Order: sequence, then C-alpha cells, then structure tokens
Amino acid sequence: MATTPSITHGGALEAPPRRRVPWRTVVNKLLGAILVLWAAATLCFVMQELSPGNKAIAILGGSGARPTQHQIEVTEEKYGLNDPILQRYGSFIGDLATGDLGTSYQYKQPVTSLIKEQVGPTLVLVFVSTILAWLISVPVTLWTAGKGRARSSLGSGFEAFFAGVPPYWLGLVLLVVFSFELGWFPVTGGTSLDALFLPSLTLALPLAGFLGQVTRDEFERGLKQPFAISARTRGASEGEVRRKHVLRHALLPGITLTGWAIGATISGAVLVEVIYSRPGLGNVLVQAVSNQDLPVVVGITMLVALIYVLVNLMVDLLYVLVDPRLRTQKAVA
Amino acid sequence: MATAIDPTVGGLPLPGGGAPARGGVVARVRGLRPVVLLAFVFVALLLIAAIAPSLLTKGDPLQVNLGHSLQAPSLEFPFGTDQSGRSVYTRVIYGARESILIGLGATAVGLGIAALLGVAAGIGGKWVDNGINRLLEVLFSFPILLFALFLVAIFGSGVSTQILAVGIASSPGYARMIRAQVLQVKGADYVIASRALGHPPSRTLFKNILPNAFRPLVVLATLGVGQSIVWASALSFLGLGVAPPAPEWGAMLDAGKDYIQTAWWLELFPGAAIVATTLAASCIGRYLQRRIEGETY
Repeated sequence: MATTPSITHGGALEAPPRRRVPWRTVVNKLLGAILVLWAAATLCFVMQELSPGNKAIAILGGSGARPTQHQIEVTEEKYGLNDPILQRYGSFIGDLATGDLGTSYQYKQPVTSLIKEQVGPTLVLVFVSTILAWLISVPVTLWTAGKGRARSSLGSGFEAFFAGVPPYWLGLVLLVVFSFELGWFPVTGGTSLDALFLPSLTLALPLAGFLGQVTRDEFERGLKQPFAISARTRGASEGEVRRKHVLRHALLPGITLTGWAIGATISGAVLVEVIYSRPGLGNVLVQAVSNQDLPVVVGITMLVALIYVLVNLMVDLLYVLVDPRLRTQKAVA
Repeated sequence: MATAIDPTVGGLPLPGGGAPARGGVVARVRGLRPVVLLAFVFVALLLIAAIAPSLLTKGDPLQVNLGHSLQAPSLEFPFGTDQSGRSVYTRVIYGARESILIGLGATAVGLGIAALLGVAAGIGGKWVDNGINRLLEVLFSFPILLFALFLVAIFGSGVSTQILAVGIASSPGYARMIRAQVLQVKGADYVIASRALGHPPSRTLFKNILPNAFRPLVVLATLGVGQSIVWASALSFLGLGVAPPAPEWGAMLDAGKDYIQTAWWLELFPGAAIVATTLAASCIGRYLQRRIEGETY
C-alpha cells in the first residue's frame, strides 16, 4: 500500500510522505499549548482583579465576621494585596509555573495540596465516563445507523434525548430509580466500585448522545463512500464493511469531539459529585464559589484548562501520527 | 434587494420571510413532521405559562399549606406537593417565566458579545482576526459551567449574575460560528459585486454582509435558549442562582433534593420541564436549520 501514490486528496498525484515523527509540528503545537495556558492564566488574573469584593474581608470570613480595620490591614499585608498590580501579576504567573496556586481563603491551606487530595476521584469519574460513553455510543451506531427508517430514528431519538438531558436531572432520576426504588446501587458513597457506576453512567449517557450524533452522520456518509463500495464489491459482507471500514472512518471525528467535550465532562462531573455526594473537586468548587474563595476557584479553573489543553494536544498529535495527510498540510486546526 | 439573497447561504427564506408560499399557514402546519409540530405546541404552552400562568393553573405558587405537605401526584395535585404543601404543578407553570427569561437573557448576552467579536474578527483584517481567534481559543479551555461558576465567584450569586455568567460563558462558541459565517458571506459574489459597484464599505457591511451573516443566528439562538436554560438551572441547582422559595425549575430541583428519598415527584417534574424545553428548542432549531439550508421536510 505504501508505494501506491495517493490520488484521493489534493487531486494531483503526490508521493506519500515518509513515516517519521514531524518534530516541527509537535514543537509548534507544544508552544501553542503553553501560550494558551499563559493567556488563560492572565485572563484568570484579570477577572480576579475585576472582583468588586474586598479580598481581605473575604479571607477573614466575609462581611458577617465583622473584622476590625487592623485585622484587614494585617491580612492585606500578609497576602500582598496592596502590592502594585504588575508585581502581583508576576508572582501569580511565577507561582503558577511552579505549581503553587496560592492559599485558600476559607481553609487557610495551600490550594495545590487541597486539589491534590480531591482530584483523584474526579479524574477517575471523568475517565470511566468517557470510556463508558464510547462503549454505549459505538454499539448504538452500529446497530441503528443506516439500517432503515425505524431503527435509525430510534437510534437518533435516543441520541437526541440524551444529548439534551441535563446531567443533574439524569443523575437525580437514576438515583431515584436504581438506588431508592430498586436498591441496586449505594445511595451515596465513597470511591468504591459500585458507587462509581451510577455517577459515571450519568455523565456517560449525555456524552454518548453527543458523540453518537456525530458518529452517526459520519457513519451514514461513510456507507456511501467509495471505500465502502469497493469493499462490498470485493465481497465483504455488510457487517464487515460496517465494522471494519465504515466504523473506523466514523470514529475519527468522535475522537476530536471527545477532546473538546472533556471540559463539558468535567463540568458535568462537578454536578454529579454534588448529586451523589461523591468526594472530588465538585463539592470543593461549589463551596469555594459560594464563599468567594477565589484562589480555590482559580486553581480548579486553571487545572481544568490544563487538562483540556493537554487532552486536546494529545488528540492533535495522535492525529498527526495517524493521518499522514496532516503532516504535509500546514498545521490543520 | 433580491440580489442580496445568496442561494448558497440563505436558501429558502424563513417562514414569513416571503418564501415561495405553498398554500397558507394551514398547509404549512400540516406539512410539519409530528415531532416538530409537538415541539411548536409545547413552546406555545410554555409561552402561555410564562405570560399568563393563571390560565393554566388556579393555584398560587407560593401558597404554603402544611396540611398537604409532600403528597404524591393525585387528581387535585397532578405533580404532587412539596414539603410546604405547595402544588408542584402550579410551581412548574409559574417557573416557566423565570426560567425562560433567564434563558432568553443569557442567550441575548451571549449572542450580543459573540456578534461583536465575530463581526470584528470577520471584517477587521488579519490582526484583529488573529487576536480574537486566539482569545476564543483560550476561552474554549474554560468549560461553560466552570466559567460561569468563576464569574459567580467573582460577582456573587444572584439572578443577574446568573444571566451574565451563562451568557458570557457561552459566547465563545457563538462567536466562532458568527465569525465563520461573516467570512463565508464576505467572499460571496454579491458582496464582491457590491464592492465592484463602488458602494461604500459601510453600505456593503450593513446591507449585504450583516443581514446574510446573521440569518443563521435564528437557529443558533433557538438552540442557545435551550442550552442557556440548562446551564442557568444548573447554577440554581447548585444553590448559586435563583434562591429556592422562588418557583424556578433549577431552584425547585435544588429544594427537592433533600426529600428525594421519599418524594421523587419533586425532582421529576421540574426536571422534565427543563428537558422538554431543551428538546423542543433543539427540535425547532433543527427544523429552522433545514429550512434555511433549503431542505423541505
């Protein structure tokens, strides 16, 4: 295959590029990712500066705590709140680069260690849900896409419904049905395996609906593509064409979308953790937001931005390695 | 201005936009697919609930009646009652106004910001476009809910923050689409023709580019209202939006959470209202999209 010139793309005959790691692209993408993170951090800093509330009062427990003027001054000194803005910006970025996210206003402990304690269960939940979403959406696509009107609309109805269902409501319904009525799963829980199932299903179903919609479109288009027709003329059974040729084609956009959806999945995880009283970043974040504990909020936001950028960087690089077309073209977004 | 309508971008005009009308309204309603028809009927009911809730229910959404607390759905209380004996049905109906207004407000904020950014990027030349594009890329690394939570943390919780937060957080997605649309329209033949005719740039912008670039926004706005309601309710559900005694769907979910073990109806019905609204919005949005793209269903 490698010696056959490709005529499908670009129109003209072109020799297939040799299979080697495109370092230029990799380095460019890495630099781009770092720039995005720096800009995200700057944006966080600017938004923090826009905060109308007095930070020293927030640190001292809010206006209800009635701190004295002296306490406020001491706190402002201690947290460097009166330093010139450029100095604060510099130390914010510098600390961030070394993994120091500042001190929580409400817990008075480093945000980094707070996040470290809580991040595990959230990452497990997001990871398991993403896998589960794929395990749901691929069979649904295989069984229903391009298989006649009735099955197709059943499949797309399923996808449209779950893509539109807010995760918090789905979580509540699953909780009522499977925990309270049927008693199959623990109601709230720690990090045990059976306590993981309902939360990850709650996150996976909407994601599966979202992925399925795109995969289905791509799949139905793929069924009519020359490569599918040629596989059929070579005598491949319809099932084989669907599983081996069309599915592969249809999964690629889904991988990119999983990368894009990672942020929404983490958002969903916040809600799900609150519903199921699961340990993780969700409850910490909601607490921090209602107490205006900005360092914790900024820390978690930056962590999520980091995860988003890293996951999408990996997806991009995976693409460059898998799809030789992208190596010759200039950085395809 | 017939020349301003580019068939590849506009396709069939929207309903009521002077389309080649086949029959009247009745024929058009009959031609709808049942699902789309259902969605339109639901939205009509929703609008009645939002404008004149007393037509759909006789009760008072805030009337406490401890004698009826936590009753399961019955003929008298179709959706059951909450811990204070208030009818959940009445509260869901009255909640439509608040939820929809928040959804519309957030969509308007989001689309407004997005239109500014998108149009500036589309017509502002290479540097502006590059800058805005980078900004959008950065904003995309903040998921909508987390971005909204961040804004709530900064400005404090409340209805206006809720609207602004959801609107601002969802604007990058809209902005990217508007930018693409402006760029596409900018290259269309009628724009080039208008330039070639020597029309001033402002005239080309306002008469040719913007009307055509904004046409698909109808679709975006319809889909956006559903999504905004979902995210705004999420904030209320987390206790960071509308405060519980008010009949807002997300706030009702939040208030009912404590009784979920015994009173499932407190969660089912307000949530179902959110789900039905989103599904109706996306159904109608897709219907409009098909019309704009010129497919006839």
